[in-house]
Amino acid sequence: MSDTTSNNPPAKITADIIKSHGLSEEEYEKVLEIMGREPNMTELGIFSVMWSEHCSYKSSKKWLKTLPTEAPWVICGPGENAGVVDIGDGQAAIFKMESHNHPSYIEPYQGAATGVGGILRDVFTMGARPVANLNALRFGSPDHPKTRHLVSGVVAGVGGYGNCVGVPTVGGECEFHESYNGNILVNAMTVGIADTDRIFYSAATGAGNPIVYVGSKTGRDGIHGATMASTEFSEDTEEKRPTVQVGDPFTEKLLIEACLELMATDCIVGIQDMGAAGLTSSGFEMASKGGVGVELDLDLVPQREDNMTPYEMMLSESQERMLMVLKPGTEDQARAIFEKWELDFAVVGKLTDSGHMVLTHKGEIVADLPIDPLALASPEYDRPWVPTEKSVEITADTITPPDDLMATLMQLMGCPNLASKRWIWEQYDHMVMGDTMGIGRPGGDAGLVRVHGTDKALAVTSDCTPRYCLADPKEGGKQVVAEAWRNLTATGATPLAVTDNMNFGNPEKPEIMGQFVGCIEGMKEACLALDFPVVSGNVSLYNETNGQAILPTPTIGAIGLLKHSSKAIGMGFVDDGDSIVVIGDAPENVRGHLGQSTYLREIEGREDGTPPPVDLDLERRHGDFVRNQILDGTINACHDISDGGLLVSVAEMALAGDKGCEINQSDKTLAPHAWAFGEDQARYVVTTKHADQLVSQAQAQGISATALGTVSGKNLSLISHGGVSLQDLRTSHESWMPDYMAE
Amino acid sequence: MKACVIVFPGSNCDRDLQVALRNAMGSEPEMVWHGDSSFSEVDLITVPGGFSYGDYLRAGAMAAKSPVMREIISRAKKGVPVLGICNGFQVLTESGLLPGALMRNANLKYVCKDVHLKVEASDTPFTQGYSDGGVLRIPVAHHDGNYFANDGLLDELESNNQIAFRYSDSDGELTEDANPNGSLRNIAGILNRERNVLGMMPHPERLADPTLGGTDGKAMFSGLVEALS
Repeated sequence: MSDTTSNNPPAKITADIIKSHGLSEEEYEKVLEIMGREPNMTELGIFSVMWSEHCSYKSSKKWLKTLPTEAPWVICGPGENAGVVDIGDGQAAIFKMESHNHPSYIEPYQGAATGVGGILRDVFTMGARPVANLNALRFGSPDHPKTRHLVSGVVAGVGGYGNCVGVPTVGGECEFHESYNGNILVNAMTVGIADTDRIFYSAATGAGNPIVYVGSKTGRDGIHGATMASTEFSEDTEEKRPTVQVGDPFTEKLLIEACLELMATDCIVGIQDMGAAGLTSSGFEMASKGGVGVELDLDLVPQREDNMTPYEMMLSESQERMLMVLKPGTEDQARAIFEKWELDFAVVGKLTDSGHMVLTHKGEIVADLPIDPLALASPEYDRPWVPTEKSVEITADTITPPDDLMATLMQLMGCPNLASKRWIWEQYDHMVMGDTMGIGRPGGDAGLVRVHGTDKALAVTSDCTPRYCLADPKEGGKQVVAEAWRNLTATGATPLAVTDNMNFGNPEKPEIMGQFVGCIEGMKEACLALDFPVVSGNVSLYNETNGQAILPTPTIGAIGLLKHSSKAIGMGFVDDGDSIVVIGDAPENVRGHLGQSTYLREIEGREDGTPPPVDLDLERRHGDFVRNQILDGTINACHDISDGGLLVSVAEMALAGDKGCEINQSDKTLAPHAWAFGEDQARYVVTTKHADQLVSQAQAQGISATALGTVSGKNLSLISHGGVSLQDLRTSHESWMPDYMAE
Repeated sequence: MKACVIVFPGSNCDRDLQVALRNAMGSEPEMVWHGDSSFSEVDLITVPGGFSYGDYLRAGAMAAKSPVMREIISRAKKGVPVLGICNGFQVLTESGLLPGALMRNANLKYVCKDVHLKVEASDTPFTQGYSDGGVLRIPVAHHDGNYFANDGLLDELESNNQIAFRYSDSDGELTEDANPNGSLRNIAGILNRERNVLGMMPHPERLADPTLGGTDGKAMFSGLVEALS
């Protein structure tokens, strides 16, 4: 871009320049129409980022609009920096998940670190103190030569940022699949807590009100990051390294404290962080929402480097910056707070009633753009799409049973996708802030964080099963939402709402668009059936390298509420003698579904078949039953059944509690491997001291519940199939990741 | 007992320490901003964990030069008890209140997990809630907790009984596996010669509440209240 950054004299806008800014010919025609003249370079750059896929959602918004976003407890749905839900007592939880995929592949440490920084700002810009971070990571095959380096860099980057700002990283997921070889996924989520009467929005109102820039200085880093995130990768990816931003978590920590201190006063009209597309995006969004115009004097923008052009300043994605509109006369009060925290504070302009954004630099007007036509008239495409072809169902009788079921269990527990991710989460501070509950540390169904100073707790999780989404986007979309809902339920929490992070390939390909449409349809059905609205989200398209798309990965981040933290339970077995019961195993629900299962992939080396069907009515009934039994104190440990099936769930509970068990195949009509490793949905494994009562109460509600066995000893034993010691199981489960990373 | 918590830019365990002290004291500790070179008379000064000044230059190095540290050093010399946890420990070594240094963890990675500590000196206000040889479980969370000193100094620390805690297994055995960061002689926390300054990498304030998964850290704060009230 170096040849196009000069604004003086204005460069001639050529077809090449338009193309290098990611604008199509039709889009450029629209630019000319809106401007009524040829734009200069700065103006073209602004159109480019504002209309990038990343900022405009031009391929996805037609479909995103169909998702349910409302519920009585939703205070603010999609469209603001993050979603807001009511958690009672005048408090709100504010949360969102966002991708930082492309930067993390190019520069894993800084890419991941700034992903965490960006999502934290989305949350505290609304007035919330961040209380929990999560991250969903997807890497290429462990055999791929770049994978180890990427894992190491991303994990260090996530930790380096989150640990320093002092927000606990309490959960997440990490999977490996060759479709991510050239395009890893780094999805970061932040949850914060605010008072409902002190939530801050981005709309800028009041002509004449001062516009204030705070935080770090603006440098040349990250220019065109949003445009980069909106194209496919190819072999020249390395050349894009300079478009990756550099993070400074120390400044972010100061910015959090300074912003929250200012938010406790009455100075702010509107506030927005500078994320993708930096000053451009925040300026336009604030002005457009408030229906005002903006005048910015770029000479007043704090700058890290000399001789920055307007083009560079407007497109920089330097981190740890915020834009605010203050009430007139409050500037000095606000300035004092930021100076105390040793952060830059500069009045850089004011609101006008012109409806235009006018930028001046060295006394000259360098850009003059109409705000609403640019912000609201961003393109919206109805991309052509084709439905995903239906897969053929695989029945268990066509899969050869393993010789030794328990040896197979050991193998699954140590496979890359099911192996313990302790190596990762021990590099994250998951306890800072002193509210991470002992049973809610990473490794369980959901992270549990007490709401500071109260008896309430939030349960937080992130989930996705991309292979299901590939085989059947709609069922996969349903399953993603259902699994997140189950994970929250398994702790005793009432699920409240979700944030979606839609990671897909190139939307200009009809089959990719078909995956997107299918997943959205499934998610919509599940969100409606489970009263689980989408309140925020992010879309990351063009996740392809050399034409190879990733698996469709609609990651769901979700939160739930426990009114009394003491009612929450974990997944580890608690006491010897407790009964183990499986909930939801009626024969009509459970067929020992091995299609697209972890078993099929790891043992048979196949990734085919249909994913397990999701019956949302059963999900709802089974989950509500389990949650009520947890809150009544009948159940003392619970784990949902997902990847790996029933026996893997039992093994995970045994390891978490460091207690063995003796169990029996509860449904003899199924082949043992189908019973053990089938991934049929809507099921939970629970332990209780009141098995008879639990089973009869379930049956009274038409829900199947079957005793599996008893917690005891230090082995996991399955009658007629032998047993394995917890120690061997733990070795298999815990050793894969550290061994792999040490190679 | 009156106590204070020093807050540097980048401190992030200040609130955790405030809560643990409040619960033990039944009153509020004073929060002291790093730029204040004077603060009220207190019976206990605490320096919390976090990343003071972003850990730039070296963990604790910049904080050690801040105005408030001059006051802390002067009061420590007069005998006021000073407790530094994690980054606080690093600040105390950088400021010369404690000997030795904390280097990058041996495996070069940040580590956050519960560890076991063997109590080696229970004859101080900080540790009187524990007994010699006792084992407690509390977490570490750091990137630079690898305690280093030369052999002469290590011998001196041992002979003066200045080692307060060592990393151990759950039975109190000082094994290599139990050492999370490569600290020499499994050292997790040390006292100054006068025994009124304690620095430790593990976080007692993080496990002083059953909801958080353990209460072994609590005895440090209740012991301090008992000793200093």
